[in-house]
Amino acid sequence: MAAGRETSPRLPGAGKAASSKGRGLAGKPRRLRAATAFLTLVPTWIVVLVVYVGTMIWSIQLSFTSSRMLPTANYVGVEQYRRLFATARWIVSLQNLVIFGVLFIAGCIVIGTLLAISLDRKVRFENAFRTIFLYPYAMSFIVTGLVWQWLMNPELGIQTTMRALGWTSFTFDWVVDRNLAIYAVVLSGLWQSSGLVMVLMLAGLRGVDGEIWRAARVDGIPTWRIYVSIVLPQLGPSLATAVTLLAMGVVKTYDLVVALTNGGPGSASEVPAKFIMDNLFGRQNLGLATAASTVMLITVLAILAPYAYAQSMRARRARGAV
Amino acid sequence: MTRLTKALLCCSALLIASSAHADDKLPAEVMHSWTSGGEAAAVKVIVDAFNARGGEWSDASIAGFESANAAYTSRILSGNPPTARSVIFGLDQRELMEQGLLNYVDAVAAAGKWSDAVPANLYATLGYDGHIYLAPISMHGESWMFYSKPVFEKAGIAAEPASWDEFFADMDKIKAAGLVPIAWGGQAWQELKVFNAILLSQLGVEGFGKAYAGDEATIKSDGFKKTVEIFGKMRDYVDPSAAGRNWNDATAMVISGKAGVQFMGDWAKGEFINAGKTLGTDYGCALAPGSDGMVIIGDAMAFPKTGKAEQDKAQALLAEVIMDPKIQVEFAKKKGSFPVRKDVDTSSLDACAQKGVAMLAAGKVAPEHAIIISPAKGGAVTDLIGEFWANPAMTGDEVVEKFAAAVTEG
Repeated sequence: MAAGRETSPRLPGAGKAASSKGRGLAGKPRRLRAATAFLTLVPTWIVVLVVYVGTMIWSIQLSFTSSRMLPTANYVGVEQYRRLFATARWIVSLQNLVIFGVLFIAGCIVIGTLLAISLDRKVRFENAFRTIFLYPYAMSFIVTGLVWQWLMNPELGIQTTMRALGWTSFTFDWVVDRNLAIYAVVLSGLWQSSGLVMVLMLAGLRGVDGEIWRAARVDGIPTWRIYVSIVLPQLGPSLATAVTLLAMGVVKTYDLVVALTNGGPGSASEVPAKFIMDNLFGRQNLGLATAASTVMLITVLAILAPYAYAQSMRARRARGAV
Repeated sequence: MTRLTKALLCCSALLIASSAHADDKLPAEVMHSWTSGGEAAAVKVIVDAFNARGGEWSDASIAGFESANAAYTSRILSGNPPTARSVIFGLDQRELMEQGLLNYVDAVAAAGKWSDAVPANLYATLGYDGHIYLAPISMHGESWMFYSKPVFEKAGIAAEPASWDEFFADMDKIKAAGLVPIAWGGQAWQELKVFNAILLSQLGVEGFGKAYAGDEATIKSDGFKKTVEIFGKMRDYVDPSAAGRNWNDATAMVISGKAGVQFMGDWAKGEFINAGKTLGTDYGCALAPGSDGMVIIGDAMAFPKTGKAEQDKAQALLAEVIMDPKIQVEFAKKKGSFPVRKDVDTSSLDACAQKGVAMLAAGKVAPEHAIIISPAKGGAVTDLIGEFWANPAMTGDEVVEKFAAAVTEG
């Protein structure tokens, strides 16, 4: 998430404005400038090609071999993929990824936006509240998982506390219930990441022109209607940033599950990243692990490709209009 | 002379001294994961003996078996292996043996008559293709039932249960006394250890091995089905927050008198000792009810090929030190395990370990799944048993069928 945070201020549009200004300042011939830019980027390109693309290709290649502890060149076709999809635990992992992904992203967006709006109402102690709401994000998923593991333990945490206070029928045992364990993971994820969405959305809200508010008030439009019909539709870029950051978090979810449920009870809250790590380092199952990571890569590409296509279409249309 | 030159001279003198020092001694870089209190004390026994006999031990300990494994594999692949690495017996290292990446210690094994000293079914797990590749260090019994004496007294239980029927009758008594009968560690690897303990009690040492070897008749036998039934019945005797519990937290429940029994390896003994409890008055240890034998896991040392004659010598010396009868006993005492050799004086070990030694002498030890099947298959069995525990809707027949698939295909 650290890398993600660095990119967050670069909302779409900001980059475009900078580059058009740059073109206007061109003192040197354009080709020389391009060559300089190219040379500056060469080391980065080498790193990208060798480290990212290279290892990616190697992983994909290994997924077609019978590698166990060590990489081998004994090709077995799609055998590892057949094994993978015959493994109950992998299927559960994929289902959990969908459940977690949808609920986590949607939940963070809704809670984060509501928090941002309530802070935007110029409440007192806004700074204090903002700090409190953002604070969980300063904790790693491991710490979050441990904290919630204690809170949700039926004999130590919230359940026992409520019962001690007199509400004897109170039940909150999601972590130990195999049908609800993945929702316990979602809950702790929401607690951790909603603050981030709040900050992003609040920044967006503060960017909305005050004139719009005044005009809407004059027309006597209710506040909620102003938010729903006028303000929120302007927050597209903030929303896109938030969704991208959260989605990256979803795909690599590992530490939260390890700390909170360790995939249990049974394999009820397993996630793909944990499946891959276990097989890679614990079970000497290199072929199976690389097959699983290849499936993950394809899934991510399948989601990203239409989005990237839509972006480029929009860009082309915008250029066409100019 | 300036201060800088003085410092440089000083440094180079030190360098010469230290390299001369290294020439006399056989340097060995040893990777292991023994980092907790008792483990570190145990490894020191080996270190001291190794250094005293002309070696020079340098420690490369990495906490956590999996991260250590990752580092170990990548060092072997990059051609820079350590001198030795602590591993477990059996198939864990098989692939490295097959690929010719490990040195064998046949000469040391022959000179030390390892084949006579080590039980036959364990000796068979030390090598591959006629060579001995692993030097066995010590063994842990895994099918122990630790119990709280005060809880047994409170519930009116006079003696250790001798059969599973007696066991469940006793657990009912503990339940009636308002306590938790079984302190359950709710992680799949721990659940599999309990399953193994029951399996051994039903099938015996030979049948246990056959079941993991994928013998269909054994897996479909009544003994196996009874194992599944007993294991499933235990769900009624654990507390609601057992899921995900660490083994030492479960041990703490027995220590504090909240729960009656815990099934765990003999490393749990360390927790009782650290809590100041006395064996025989505060807690007791028994093998799982009705079992004639013991499930074990063992530590051994593997020796990667380094291509350096000096390293080969250091490896031979280390193998020799490890199998020294005195070292075997000292190490076991510190680690809470027991020696691999049948021919050592074990009178100084505690009452628990004595029971283990008796099983070992009688040849009644069953190597666990991590020794006799590949890590991939072991992982599949772990997943299955963990899932079965969490899902009471799964039938016994389903478990039988999936177990057979797990040990044959992985």
